Amino acid sequence: MQASSRWFIAATIFLSMLLVVMPLPQQWLWFRPAFPALLIIFWVSRMPQSLGVGFAWLVGILEDLVTGASLGTHALALAVLAYFSLLTYQRTRVFNPAQQLLWVFVLVGINQVVGNWVHGLEGKTVPGLTFLWPALTTALLWPCVTPPLRGLCNRLHIR
Amino acid sequence: MKPLFTRGPSQETRLITLAVLSIALFVISYSTDWFHTIRERLFDAVAPLYWITGTPERVTDWAGEQFRSRDELLEENDRLKRQVLLLEQRSQLLAAVKAENTQLKELMNSAEMVDDRVLVAQIIGVSPDPLEHVLLIDKGRDDGVDVGTPVMDAGGLLGQVIEAGNSFSRILLITDSSHAIPVQVLRNSMRTVAEGTGDLYRLKLRHLANTSDIREGDLLLSSGLGGRFPAGYPVGEVMSVTRDPGKPFAEAEVLPRGRMNRSRFVLAVISDRGQGLASE
Repeated sequence: MQASSRWFIAATIFLSMLLVVMPLPQQWLWFRPAFPALLIIFWVSRMPQSLGVGFAWLVGILEDLVTGASLGTHALALAVLAYFSLLTYQRTRVFNPAQQLLWVFVLVGINQVVGNWVHGLEGKTVPGLTFLWPALTTALLWPCVTPPLRGLCNRLHIR
Repeated sequence: MKPLFTRGPSQETRLITLAVLSIALFVISYSTDWFHTIRERLFDAVAPLYWITGTPERVTDWAGEQFRSRDELLEENDRLKRQVLLLEQRSQLLAAVKAENTQLKELMNSAEMVDDRVLVAQIIGVSPDPLEHVLLIDKGRDDGVDVGTPVMDAGGLLGQVIEAGNSFSRILLITDSSHAIPVQVLRNSMRTVAEGTGDLYRLKLRHLANTSDIREGDLLLSSGLGGRFPAGYPVGEVMSVTRDPGKPFAEAEVLPRGRMNRSRFVLAVISDRGQGLASE
């Protein structure tokens, strides 16, 4: 990986952290897309040789520090997410947009389930399947974010 | 599917190692406070993210203030002057009452009363986790804020500091579902505990005796028991009391006096007598 690619990836991660803490009205908080998860899926599928579980784990630790969650919460969830993305990136590349959308929903859903499990350990209970809302919004965001991001990567020769 | 040329351990091994590491981190941070100092240091580094995301709001606020009409400003000025007059008159009364109170306490050989120092802080962010009610303020250890420092606004108590960096800190609101605050009813000094519910407009009093004297409209003050919050600050007002003869205890719902999601500025109460000793 080139230094410029590293900087670009770091910049996208920084941006996603900003979006994570962006103030939203209380009733919209559940619908905030999981931006770091989306980026992990994108980067791991794009550079499976150099980015993997460890990268995702570090991003997760950063997210834990930024959001003030218990250390390890997001790290574990994102590492699991990266692992599943690595297992399937060859197939997802040939998926049509609808299939991709569905697959992102499943992946981020897994991410949310792990997060919810940790929340459960902490004694924070969530009513029903509310915790899956971010998976849905992230999946809906996927087709809007990835083509421009991919275009930008190609133009900047990020590989 | 295995890559052709593997370097280092396989992804499975990495995942399992990192998962174990995460769980270890989680268990350690849950059962000990080893990471607390490190987190507080790092908190100063991540808090500016909240400040950056708050910029659009600040810009609109600033623009709103810059482009106000002269009439509006004059009107506001007038109103504030009147308010200051009123408050000054009240504080003069208060000074007399306070002097008398101190004298009486001295007569009773009670613990001395010390004035609390109050620090104005600005809210720079809100925790993104919908399951917790946490605010970030722009004052930290350098300003005298410490873990446990109570925070309030003009209406009443808001919460307490749970993480203090050097120049920023994190506040747990009293409405968070993991928070409870010892209170007493102003009318008859009955003591109880107000628990957060995870709802910004509701606290709950549980395990009230069915015969306890509490009714709608009662004002709850912090009781100072537990040693965290100073005594005598307003917490909330009782909205409804449920007495079900079939249940061993009555329950009451309380509307917090502090405006949990409206305040821009909050007051951190820094007591000079060490962290919040009960001054009863």
